[in-house]
Amino acid sequence: MSIFTQLISELLGILATFVMVLPYLIGYVLLIMLTLGIWRIVRRFMTPKQDFGALKTVTFGDESAVTSNSAASVISIALIFVLWGSFTGSRWLPSVLHMPGAFQGEAGFSYTIELPDGSTQDATVDVVVFGAGETPPKLSVDEGAQSAKNDGVAIQAYRNKLLKWDANDEFSRKDGAKIIAINGQSIALDGEVFVPNLRVAVTPKGTLNIEPNKGVQMEPIWLPAPEAVKDRLVEIATAGFKNFMLVEHLGYSLFRVIVGFFFGALVGIPLGYAMGLSDWFRGWFDPIVEFMRPVPPLALIPLVIIWAGIGEVGKIILLFLAALWIMAIAARAGVSGVRISKVHAAYSLGASKWQIMRYVIVPNSLPEIFTGARVAMGVCWGTVVAAELVAAEKGAGMMIMVASKFQQTDVVILGIILIGAIGFAIDMLMRWAEKIMVPWKGRG
Amino acid sequence: MTTDHGLNINNLSMRFDLPNGGSVQALKNVNLNLKSGELMSVLGPSGCGKTTLLNIIAGFLAPTEGEIQLNASTVTGPSAERGMVFQQGALFEWMSVRENVGFGPKMKGTPRGEIRETVDHLLDTVGLGDFKEKAVYELSGGMQQRVALARCLANDPDVILMDEPLGALDALTREKMQSLVLKLWKETGKTIILITHSVEEALLLGERLLVMAPRPGRIHREYRLPFADLGVDQDLREVKKHPDYAEKREEILSMIWDMEEEIMGRMEAQS
Ligand SMILES: Nc1ncnc2c1ncn2[C@@H]1O[C@H](COP(=O)(O)OP(=O)(O)OP(=O)(O)O)[C@@H](O)[C@H]1O
Ligand SMILES: [Mg+2]
Repeated sequence: MSIFTQLISELLGILATFVMVLPYLIGYVLLIMLTLGIWRIVRRFMTPKQDFGALKTVTFGDESAVTSNSAASVISIALIFVLWGSFTGSRWLPSVLHMPGAFQGEAGFSYTIELPDGSTQDATVDVVVFGAGETPPKLSVDEGAQSAKNDGVAIQAYRNKLLKWDANDEFSRKDGAKIIAINGQSIALDGEVFVPNLRVAVTPKGTLNIEPNKGVQMEPIWLPAPEAVKDRLVEIATAGFKNFMLVEHLGYSLFRVIVGFFFGALVGIPLGYAMGLSDWFRGWFDPIVEFMRPVPPLALIPLVIIWAGIGEVGKIILLFLAALWIMAIAARAGVSGVRISKVHAAYSLGASKWQIMRYVIVPNSLPEIFTGARVAMGVCWGTVVAAELVAAEKGAGMMIMVASKFQQTDVVILGIILIGAIGFAIDMLMRWAEKIMVPWKGRG
Repeated sequence: MTTDHGLNINNLSMRFDLPNGGSVQALKNVNLNLKSGELMSVLGPSGCGKTTLLNIIAGFLAPTEGEIQLNASTVTGPSAERGMVFQQGALFEWMSVRENVGFGPKMKGTPRGEIRETVDHLLDTVGLGDFKEKAVYELSGGMQQRVALARCLANDPDVILMDEPLGALDALTREKMQSLVLKLWKETGKTIILITHSVEEALLLGERLLVMAPRPGRIHREYRLPFADLGVDQDLREVKKHPDYAEKREEILSMIWDMEEEIMGRMEAQS
């Protein structure tokens, strides 16, 4: 099969998935519209806001009239948590909001067997479904007087169990006995019937496969409840994870980012200045920078591991490289972006080359450099997590990678939330620094 | 005829070579003498080489022919004796108003206290006494041009070159600024060359008025006008009522109109 037909078939699979997901997407959008409608009605009963925007008659298409509605943000975040809790049966939600969960408790059914001579007999199966982590209950079953004896089975929620119903019977499958009905509904080999809270199937070999109802909640191993994640946060924060405390994991990641970024900026900014001020340097480094810029830092991970190993040095080299090109390009843009009339004015005021550099070119490039630094910090944070996924002894990425190997989904989700929160905090910090350090940005 | 004092422009020509192999004759055989303390306005249709002329005087461009002498020494590059005022955007927005105005003296290494005095005095003169510590981006366009004027004056240059300094201002602010330029000219006695697109401004702010013609850029005509002297102590609106004013205005306007039409005609002929 050629690559082309392979890709086409992949694409068809993806399209099929998309079509399956589409109703959910549409439902989500409808939910957004619904809350919007409710919000509009609610707002009618509140005092209207008295700012200039409220007096604008043209808002559709006026970009400045569209500010983020904080009510929508609050509802959107709350909804995510409600959905999360609802599909995981969170204790934080009243149980009316829970989606139907997996069945737990007692159930049962009867089965009818037919013997070779054509006679039939009935027996019952008691089923107890217990939660994960609970000890399986011991069942005491009254086998009854008939030749097909009653059975009992304990099954863990979300699991299924094969029942050799004839193990205790006087006639076994070898003797030609076979099940013909469950709870009175007839069934053949490889068939299935639904009885209250259970799905009962007969395998091709004639045994019973009993599967308790799974409901529509997520199994904790796929998606733990929010409180489980919180509990795990408390646990890891106090007891640590894989030999290191949580602050160590996060602290190491941050340390790598800051050190890598620092050296990247330390080399990148002068490099960018040199490229902006000298045609020789520009010519020398242009091909290198333009080539390295589109190479994602992640693609360098294998090489860096080969050269520098998986220790701190390797990671910091990687982050250095991630920040270097971004900072060099930002500094270069900052220098080239200086308005020639400012430079001319400075020369006419008697400034020397060095003074032009110090008082005009450097301050003029600071806004660009700050923008570059913000981008670089974001890229570095993403890169460090990815590098730790590949190889590390500690770090946020290592934490979720190891947790995923042990199916500790709660740690994985916790890690993702922490990584997102730190990335967000870094960006906020950079914006704040920008506002303090270069208040003239965009106002020249 | 050249004199030892003032600005002498001798047989100046400027040709720009274009990347496509052609060239533009931006200036051809320009001769001009400015005595110390003269105020000259320059008018001309777009593209006649006004900015190029000013840039050569400032020392940002080297002419292909001819030379410029200021007080008998040849201009080879920018220097503090030839100050520049640009249309806009030449202030340093990372500095306060005070730091902008004090920039020139600071570059020279003038003692701080002295800079402070000069700056305070100049900012009071241009009417920005209350805005000394403000950031320049907090000021209006007219105020920013006042800062630019003060910054230029703080350096005490021999010649002040202005390229459409009031071009980006609204009519009312512009009129106030025109009075300010006249006032500063009288008070400081500087030699000033001022490029403008407005015939009225050229009449009001030119002891001498130079009309340039394009392709190649050259001096078309020169006037000596009484209005600038009158404007020093009179309201500019009164000056405009002067009997000669309207007549001169019409004359120059139609001259520039003719040039513009000729350009259009040539463009049409080309295409
Ligand atoms: N760096 C340059 N390279 C090539 N041609 C140039 C350059 N600078 C100016 N020119 C050309 O020289 C001529 C004069 O330009 P200049 O900017 O001096 O005109 P101007 O009179 O100041 O026009 P305006 O009134 O529009 O400011 C124009 O034809 C312009 O295209
Ligand atoms: Mg010009």
